[in-house]
Amino acid sequence: MIIIEPRVKQLLIDDALNTFPDECCGFLFGREESDGTRVVIDILVVDNSKQGDKTRRFEISPIDYMTAEQHALDHEWNLLGIYHSHPKHPAIPSEHDRVAAQPYFSYVILSVLDSQTIHFRSWLLNEEQQFEEEKITDYQFT
Amino acid sequence: MATVIIPTPLRKFTNNTARLQVNTGTIHSTVQELTQNFPDLKKHLLDEGGNIRSYVNIFIGNDDIRDLQREKTPVKEDAVISIVPAIAGGTPDPIPGSASTPLFTKEELARYNRHIIIPGFGMAAQQKLKTAKVLVIGSGGLGSPVLLYLAAAGIGTIGIVDFDVVDDSNLQRQVLFGVNEIGKPKVEAARRRLEALNPYIRLNIYNTHLNAQNALDILKDYDVIADGTDNFPTRYLVNDASVLLGKPNVYASIFQFEGQVSVFNYRNAQGQLGPNYRDLYPAPPPPGLVPSCAEGGVLGVLPGIIGSLQALEVIKVITGIGETLSGRFYIFDALNFESRTFTIRPREDNPINGKTPTITALIDYEQFCGMRAVEEAPLKEVTAKELYDWQVRGEKFQLIDVREPHEFDIVNIGGELIPLGAVADNSDRIARDKTVVVHCKVGGRSAKAIRELQEKYGFTNLYNLKGGILAYIDEVQPELTKY
Repeated sequence: MIIIEPRVKQLLIDDALNTFPDECCGFLFGREESDGTRVVIDILVVDNSKQGDKTRRFEISPIDYMTAEQHALDHEWNLLGIYHSHPKHPAIPSEHDRVAAQPYFSYVILSVLDSQTIHFRSWLLNEEQQFEEEKITDYQFT
Repeated sequence: MATVIIPTPLRKFTNNTARLQVNTGTIHSTVQELTQNFPDLKKHLLDEGGNIRSYVNIFIGNDDIRDLQREKTPVKEDAVISIVPAIAGGTPDPIPGSASTPLFTKEELARYNRHIIIPGFGMAAQQKLKTAKVLVIGSGGLGSPVLLYLAAAGIGTIGIVDFDVVDDSNLQRQVLFGVNEIGKPKVEAARRRLEALNPYIRLNIYNTHLNAQNALDILKDYDVIADGTDNFPTRYLVNDASVLLGKPNVYASIFQFEGQVSVFNYRNAQGQLGPNYRDLYPAPPPPGLVPSCAEGGVLGVLPGIIGSLQALEVIKVITGIGETLSGRFYIFDALNFESRTFTIRPREDNPINGKTPTITALIDYEQFCGMRAVEEAPLKEVTAKELYDWQVRGEKFQLIDVREPHEFDIVNIGGELIPLGAVADNSDRIARDKTVVVHCKVGGRSAKAIRELQEKYGFTNLYNLKGGILAYIDEVQPELTKY
């Protein structure tokens, strides 16, 4: 399970809409509870460094990746995963996503149909290098 | 010593340690040292040949070792080495040949799952269905199963042409409708039923007679035409309009116990154009020779069978899977449970796309099919209301019913029964000294009987009951049984 706070969710939506029709991308930071539940506390927006068609592909530069790792260490957060958008496509990982996917990371995908219709889904690699869906829960104050 | 920063995804292989101290040397010796101390790292860093994987980047400071000396790059005292996984991805590639990949929502993917999992069909074919625009002409017996199955299958845009309203006698075969729709326009009833079946498709309705004036305009926006009409003028009209617009026309027709299916004007993957209806029948049969379903009857389940085959061929034309019925003509005989498939070929003398076409635009199809023969004098007619007035006033006239005996048994209005086929042989039973009114079910057969009697025997006192017995029931005696 992955919990995304409303504030963080809005940051993700803002980036996806600002970048539309290109794919947006960035990093998810937070903590992992003892029961495996992940809590996303903040994000880091980075440039889509893909050369060519950014409406269908995204790429994060190694320098941005190193910055993200350092950012996590500085804040004593975990680098929990990556988010990116699928403009006009469902929030289902593509074969391109699967081939390049890393273990451990949560892959949050935002499907952007239009400014009103944005769906979130999160995915994790299993041992067979296949994606399994990770349930997203809205943050609840208890 | 130098420092290696392990990326988060690989830390589970290094006891959750982010920074490891390693000896100085080269990148090659550093990687060796890491994989010796943490064997699980090996498959993530190195490929089967022992080389660093293409999607693993190694940086010293802010420099990619690919820009330095690759694995021979020296690792000096206090160097900071970062292992950086390549992060990339994207949306699925479009299907080759499709202009744009349609988007399926989660709900649609669930809805079409049983299609998508068929080997050889899959997502590619389902996407073609979604981008396809199909025009279904006629929403009656054939149109009902065609529309239900095409809507259920997820054809993205479906047009429906029909001018008719739902009648109780339709419900024996037109499974699209129910008793609540009686009296309502068929296209509107169809739209409500199909919207309830599949909310993920677009429906365009045309509550109009398809004719030579509007046909090209309505057909032009569609990829595939499905002709389920019940009369020759519209059948030739649909055929000619499809040929002129270069669109495949999936054809079906039914009569009593027999059904026919074919795919006309279909260009295959090799670019060859298949035959059309005029290659099969260059000209229509004489009027009256082939009765319509209203006059000849049809077994209700037959359009269900034949319309389903028609829907199947529409789906094959759109997706390109399998072999369509293009160039073949399929006939199903429900009574003997026999089916035959004939080969049909383009004819050089086809008037619309043969060697020397004589038809280059749509024509008057009513006239072409003899429905409105210009040289024929109009028949004398009497309306049901007028006939009733004559009866009330006690005028002397003879009433002849040219329907079949089983129709007579269902309902009659006191006429003498002489079935159409027996009229000529029984002309002596028909009075010459007073008015004679001839009727059938809706007026077609009685008109034929009158012409025959006039031409062969010189009758001049014959009146056709306009609209037949059905009009009489509607206007005069609604308590009688309609069929």
